[in-house]
Amino acid sequence: MDFMRVITTRLFYAVILLLAVLVLNFTLMHLAPGDVVDTIAQSMGGADAEVLEKIRIEYGLDKPFLVQLGAYIGRVLSFDLGYSFYYNLPVTDLILQRLPATVLLVFAAQILAMIIGVVLGVISARRPNGILSNFVTFFALFGYSAPVFWTGILLLIAFSLNIQWFPVAGMRDVTVEGGFWIHFIDVLRHLVLPVVSLASIFLALYSRLARATMMETLGSDYVRTAKAKGLPDRQVVYKHALKNALAPVITLAGLQFSAVVSGAVLVETVFAWPGLGTLAFQSILARDTPTILGILFFSALMVIIGNLLTDFVLRLVDPRMRARG
Amino acid sequence: MKHLVKDFLRATAITAIMATGAMAQDTPKSGGTLVTVMGSTPRVLNPAVQSGIVTGLVGSQLFAAPLRYDEGWNPQPYLAKSWDVSDDGLHVTLHLQENATFHDGEPIKSSDVAFSIKIIQEFHPFKSMFAPVTSVDTPDEHTAIINLAHPHPALMLAMSGQLMSIIPEHIYGDGQDPKNHPRNNENVVGSGPFKLVEFVPGEHVIMERYDGYWEQGLPYLDKIVARIIPDSAARAIALENGEIHLSTFENQPTIVNRMRDAKGMNVSNDGYGGIGPIDWLAMNVTRGPLQDARVRQAIAYAIDKNFILKAVMRGTAKDALTGIHPDSPLYNGDVNAYQLDVDKANALLDEAGYKMSGDKRFDITLELVPFPGYKPQTEYIKQALSKVGINVTINATPDFPSWAKKMGTMDFDMSLDSVYNWGDPVIGVNRTYMSSNIAKGVWSNTQGYSNARVDELLAQAAEENDQAKRKALYAEFQQIVNEELPIYFLNAVPMHTFYSDKVGNPPITGIWSTSSPMDKVWLKD
Repeated sequence: MDFMRVITTRLFYAVILLLAVLVLNFTLMHLAPGDVVDTIAQSMGGADAEVLEKIRIEYGLDKPFLVQLGAYIGRVLSFDLGYSFYYNLPVTDLILQRLPATVLLVFAAQILAMIIGVVLGVISARRPNGILSNFVTFFALFGYSAPVFWTGILLLIAFSLNIQWFPVAGMRDVTVEGGFWIHFIDVLRHLVLPVVSLASIFLALYSRLARATMMETLGSDYVRTAKAKGLPDRQVVYKHALKNALAPVITLAGLQFSAVVSGAVLVETVFAWPGLGTLAFQSILARDTPTILGILFFSALMVIIGNLLTDFVLRLVDPRMRARG
Repeated sequence: MKHLVKDFLRATAITAIMATGAMAQDTPKSGGTLVTVMGSTPRVLNPAVQSGIVTGLVGSQLFAAPLRYDEGWNPQPYLAKSWDVSDDGLHVTLHLQENATFHDGEPIKSSDVAFSIKIIQEFHPFKSMFAPVTSVDTPDEHTAIINLAHPHPALMLAMSGQLMSIIPEHIYGDGQDPKNHPRNNENVVGSGPFKLVEFVPGEHVIMERYDGYWEQGLPYLDKIVARIIPDSAARAIALENGEIHLSTFENQPTIVNRMRDAKGMNVSNDGYGGIGPIDWLAMNVTRGPLQDARVRQAIAYAIDKNFILKAVMRGTAKDALTGIHPDSPLYNGDVNAYQLDVDKANALLDEAGYKMSGDKRFDITLELVPFPGYKPQTEYIKQALSKVGINVTINATPDFPSWAKKMGTMDFDMSLDSVYNWGDPVIGVNRTYMSSNIAKGVWSNTQGYSNARVDELLAQAAEENDQAKRKALYAEFQQIVNEELPIYFLNAVPMHTFYSDKVGNPPITGIWSTSSPMDKVWLKD
């Protein structure tokens, strides 16, 4: 019951947050000089003033700010995210078209970063001063400090240009013909470099956190008791200690979700990954207000869902959370 | 002797084999999928309602235009197999290919030409292209007579694929807004050599050969895949590892030079004259010290053009001395080149009344145009002008609309800019200098320049059908603008085509690059 109340409160706040995101961003976009019609002119290599004015009137951009804002909020409340002036498509269609690519990239990178991060963290926690531990620390810090677009370009040069294992850009090769598995492998090949680039930042966080919490857990009384009982070392580490050490990592994963989404903007741009990140980047540059607001709406939604999922998973792995309701 | 004969026979045989091989390599063959690339997603694939180079690339494959152009700027038959211009220049008659059909099999008729011109007149961003057209007569299905209010030589270039497309009246004449017509990007019924298979914004456009294309044996390619990769470094790697065969409009000097050394890669800057892109330093002549032409000339003398061409552009860009692209037959290179002369710059500034006080004469702002790769020029200009006492503050603008707003409302002192000629000066040049076009948004006469003689020359040239007389009018215009310098012309944008050894007849032999039909491009084995 308490759990349901928590969820309901969270959902209420989520709706308020989403509305605030829309109003604030609409206002900010409106305050900036120029508008999407200038970008349309840019895409056309210039245009006569009367043509541009006609477009402004047609898109309602000549109306007062509050009228535009009211019309927009009204549309969103009736589940219509509006029309992208730049892409000439309904925003919902545009986002739904791009969403799967971003979800695939973000989840794959999160899962990869978490699994490898935790494994590396645990390995280095068992021998904190060993060579392996130092190597993991160096590697993790390197990944964390390097700008993700730089990592991406380095990976491209190494694995696409020099040894040509992976393709450079996009999510699929449209010239590839064949059945489901051929296409599956093709997408997988395209996925590797973007996922590794994106995961490289978060890998450091997870491995450092897993290492710290694991070292703390390994020093706790119940682990000592388990060892005293004569349980094999491996069982103590992986069965007893790991479960407890995971909780902070999962919490961090939830908190980092928004960072992963924003990291995806850069990674998608470098690898021309056809997701929300490239769309967001291009829409911001194009001042395509309905699209940007639509993406912010979706990314806020994804972060909220990510946080709710974190709560849920924490309750699954940590009995103490379940006891708290 | 026996050896000599043997060697002679062997050499002859080898030469013959090599020659046959070379001929086989140069003989176009049908088939294959050409993979090309674009830096951004086209908004609309229909060039009748949208200009721009990405729309041009796809639109010119999907839709045919009346004319195409060779490298000498000569119009060539395309959808119009021939054409006549009346002696008074008021009627242009197009004789259409008789077996040409749209992609749904419907014949392309003169009424479609009339309809297309009407749509372009109303919805295309460049009004000047067809503004003098008063009506289009269609005496029979294959003859269209374009009637003009006055002679309009720009019409010929306006009838190329980048700027005009013949669209089907039976599709676009259904009463829906042609600008946002659902058939602009989906289920497109075109008139060009390739049909649309799929357009996924942000990913790719796939086109396949139209079997009913009017010219037998063309197009050579089975398919064209135009991928969308915004990052120029990623595009270059994709070319080098063979994922892409052809990339056009590449203008980053470091990448151009890198690709020159890439194995199996060819680099050319031919074929961009029609696009006519020029980098320039725009100066607002309506405020501050820049109102004085001597100050503007001093700025030109203080900038070392050779440094820009050699160090900043790394030898990839052609010099440009006027507002007409150096590849254009109307270009007049016989003007002041403003070779670096710091003493002269100082003298001109003194003469204009801006004496040196300490190490400074006056402050001025320079907008950093938010295009990739323009920072080095901006930084160099700041440094060069400091040597003559002009203290430049660089204003970085975050995005295009912010910069466009400043330019369009003349809220700037100086800005780097990159502006395209779009074939005929009437289309892409006049807009910058005509006093009637001051502050009409971005890429209008944002410098506030006004000269009655220039207005007169541009107006006369716009209606002059005699090419020699027209050239003389534009030569005088370029002379005046070069002297008065509302704009200091830096260089032609170093647009380059990168193509692999596999590409036969790459699009470097016209004036519109890939904004022209690729029906004769083919792939080698």
